[in-house]
Amino acid sequence: MGYTPCRLLLMDNQQSPPHPDTRRQLQMARSMCWHCQSEVTGEYFCDRCVKVQPVSKETDYFTCLGFPRRLLLDPQKLEAKFYELSRTFHPDFYQTKSADEQTISLSNAAVLNTAYRTLRDSIQRAEYLLALETGSVKDIRTSPPADLFEEILDLQDTLEEYRASERDSDQGHRLRATLQTEQEALERRKEGMEAQLRQLFADWDKLQDAGEATSLARVERDRILKEMRDLLSNRTYVNNIVNDLAATIA
Amino acid sequence: MIWQQQSPKQLFPNILIFDMARIVGIDLGTTNSLVAYMKDGQPCVVPDRNGRTMVPSVVALTDNGLIVGDSAKEHLTRNPERTVYSVKRFMGKGLADVQDELVYFPYHVTETGGVIRIRLGQKSYSPPQVSAMILKELKLRAEASLGESITKAVITVPAYFNDSQRQATKDAGLIAGLEVLRIINEPTAASLAYGLQQKTQGTIAVYDFGGGTFDISILKLKDGIFEVLATSGDTHLGGDDLDRVLVDLFIGDIRDRYGIDVSRYPDHMQTVRLEAERAKIRLSDELKTKITIELPEDKGRFTRELTRDQLESLVAGIIERTLAPCRIALKDAGLTPKNIDEVVLVGGSTRMPLVRQRVEALFGKQPHCHLNPDEVVALGAAVQADILSGGTTDMLLLDVTPLSLGIETMGGVMSSLIRRNTTIPASAKEMFTTYVDGQTGVDIHILQGERELVKDNRSLAQFRLKVPPLPAGVPRIEVTFLIDANGILNVTATDMRTAKSQSIEVKPSYGLSDTEVERMIEDSFKFAAEDVTARKLIEARLDAEALIKTTDKSLLEAGHLISEKDADDIRTSLSQLSTAKNGIDSRVIRAHMAELEQTAKHLNVMMLDHSLKKSLQGKKVSEVS
Ligand SMILES: Nc1ncnc2c1ncn2[C@@H]1O[C@H](COP(=O)(O)OP(=O)(O)OP(=O)(O)O)[C@@H](O)[C@H]1O
Ligand SMILES: [Mg+2]
Repeated sequence: MGYTPCRLLLMDNQQSPPHPDTRRQLQMARSMCWHCQSEVTGEYFCDRCVKVQPVSKETDYFTCLGFPRRLLLDPQKLEAKFYELSRTFHPDFYQTKSADEQTISLSNAAVLNTAYRTLRDSIQRAEYLLALETGSVKDIRTSPPADLFEEILDLQDTLEEYRASERDSDQGHRLRATLQTEQEALERRKEGMEAQLRQLFADWDKLQDAGEATSLARVERDRILKEMRDLLSNRTYVNNIVNDLAATIA
Repeated sequence: MIWQQQSPKQLFPNILIFDMARIVGIDLGTTNSLVAYMKDGQPCVVPDRNGRTMVPSVVALTDNGLIVGDSAKEHLTRNPERTVYSVKRFMGKGLADVQDELVYFPYHVTETGGVIRIRLGQKSYSPPQVSAMILKELKLRAEASLGESITKAVITVPAYFNDSQRQATKDAGLIAGLEVLRIINEPTAASLAYGLQQKTQGTIAVYDFGGGTFDISILKLKDGIFEVLATSGDTHLGGDDLDRVLVDLFIGDIRDRYGIDVSRYPDHMQTVRLEAERAKIRLSDELKTKITIELPEDKGRFTRELTRDQLESLVAGIIERTLAPCRIALKDAGLTPKNIDEVVLVGGSTRMPLVRQRVEALFGKQPHCHLNPDEVVALGAAVQADILSGGTTDMLLLDVTPLSLGIETMGGVMSSLIRRNTTIPASAKEMFTTYVDGQTGVDIHILQGERELVKDNRSLAQFRLKVPPLPAGVPRIEVTFLIDANGILNVTATDMRTAKSQSIEVKPSYGLSDTEVERMIEDSFKFAAEDVTARKLIEARLDAEALIKTTDKSLLEAGHLISEKDADDIRTSLSQLSTAKNGIDSRVIRAHMAELEQTAKHLNVMMLDHSLKKSLQGKKVSEVS
């Protein structure tokens, strides 16, 4: 091979979220049916020629699934909406349609699936919302959070030792037991973070529901987003270590 | 925001959505293949003239040409080098992939351009071409039964098939003259048939253990939606592997007892293989069975006993190998065995009591086995075909991609773009740029698999992105990887600076190129006319042979009951048919058959009487009336 690919912007499989301002502008622009050029006011079908319309590149996943930007979503409702939209877009139902419509159905269904996959998981949902609200990519932590620093360093030493030891020796058993205790401790820590996150999610939703545009509300918004961001990256860090541990001692 | 949902049907309830040509559903199996269609809202399998629904997936080259199915199966022992079976194991593979098992196959396998070729007489055929012969047989069968031409099909594949294997299956359809509207996974197809019948809601696990492959799929059934939560499997694990354990056992026995190495005799190897399979099947119902195998070089015959216990201890390890994918699928679905409401068994190998026990032990509940495990996949394919043609509208299958998709990055590492068990259609976008001034291309290597390093994953394809010569880092090429509803990858690229999309010529790592497929389609059409003639001739000959045999037998048993003249007439017709049978015109053969049937009419009546009397002999009159 001549050149190894040089990739830009690793976005964790998500579509790049549009900048809030351009998004709003684009939503205001009138959309036209790709087929008959008449104005489309309905969501996904042209009122005149009934052709399916492509989900706009600018549509965020919340909008796509018809939910407000909230963080505590009812999984049942989300699923019901996903099923309903799958019935609308799935290529199975476009087999007898034109090639253009088939292409639209295919890409709409792909967007819908990504949207559902992202919003279904509360952590991914929060990360996505964060990206939407702050227009930035999620940050990936490479060093342990401060309050875990010592613990993680110790853990790494034990892991090294365990990897080097005879699995079936006394030392191996002892180290394994230590690692197991460590794993459980970290899992509890992760659960703690998730509980804190849920509180932040509730705070966020409350703030949004109130819909106030005061400066106090802005401060509160920034606090929630900042805390959420830190917690999310710490949680991901701990989660990776737990998975690593589980794989090593499995 | 208000969600206004308007489907065309809701808006114009009176518009007739135009009728499509019929789409059939095909289960293209390792051992057996079937074709089914939807009739009055119920799927049904197309049987042959003798009522058999399964077509053995066997193709034989005879002196009269290529034959498929039951008649080809007879050539396994007669003509092993020219009889192809289990070709599905070679779909989308290179020679290196199958090196270890080549000893078990009597036919000659080579490789050209990353694709396996199978030698049959003077010609070589790719696995899709051989599969196409089976598909053509099914197509003809459906056409004969339905009285219309069939050009569209849904074909099933193991859920764990990778992109190359799916593409190879699609190619096979094209070569057979079928537009493949959908490639659908076998266990999920089975779930459609199951769901249609049972109308249940909940979470089910479909355990599909067939002749060559193993699949497990976990689905959520709700309001007509069949959502696959996770899938796993092994495309190289099936009844064939169980048979091999017995083959090895018998060969060892024979070597010890008679000093003969049966593996040097391809025809006897086939006898051993078929007897091994039959013994295995018998032991699903019996506790003990006797094996008899004719030995080569007139060394007599080998016999031995085999108990179910012995079989089970020999194959326990193989059956155990099906459980790991089950656990992975459960984990990926975020479920435990307790969450599974029902386990559905599919595939011939699930008839083994040990398989049922192991499945029951893993899931902690008795599996559901009220479906016909041989037919349910084809039935499900027919349901999916009906969904595509707009017949069934309340059911929808949301399947997943079984393997992670990624590209090669620096250091020979795979970077994942679409994770396994992602609902399809699924897409991922990647932006590429250059790192050398004036660089005009970026090479992209697409992979499938779960491992870290490129070399441990399956290479799907490579292609070169064209980039305008600009300073390093300036070009912006967006590549979209889209896995469609067939689980097949489509790649498109757009230059973000000019918004122009570019066509990409992808070189598949293990597949036929487009031009090669086109040539094969042409070939297949060119020969189609000849094929039909050849096929008619073969059938006429087979039928003639059968008729001669039964008439001979009747003459022998009931000849004394008819006049000498009648008997002479019959003998004349018989010899005429024998001569005609060696000719090359099927119409002449059929004409002579009709004549013989006419002359032997009286004989047949007498024969019927005779055999009736014979069967009543020794019975009391009271028993008869
Ligand atoms: N009663 C039985 N006991 C054990 N095995 C059986 C029995 N009946 C059939 N089989 C085995 O089932 C296998 C064929 O099953 P099936 O027809 O479901 O496979 P297939 O669909 O052709 O293969 P695949 O789905 O793997 O491509 C053969 O290996 C056969 O020996
Ligand atoms: Mg099968």
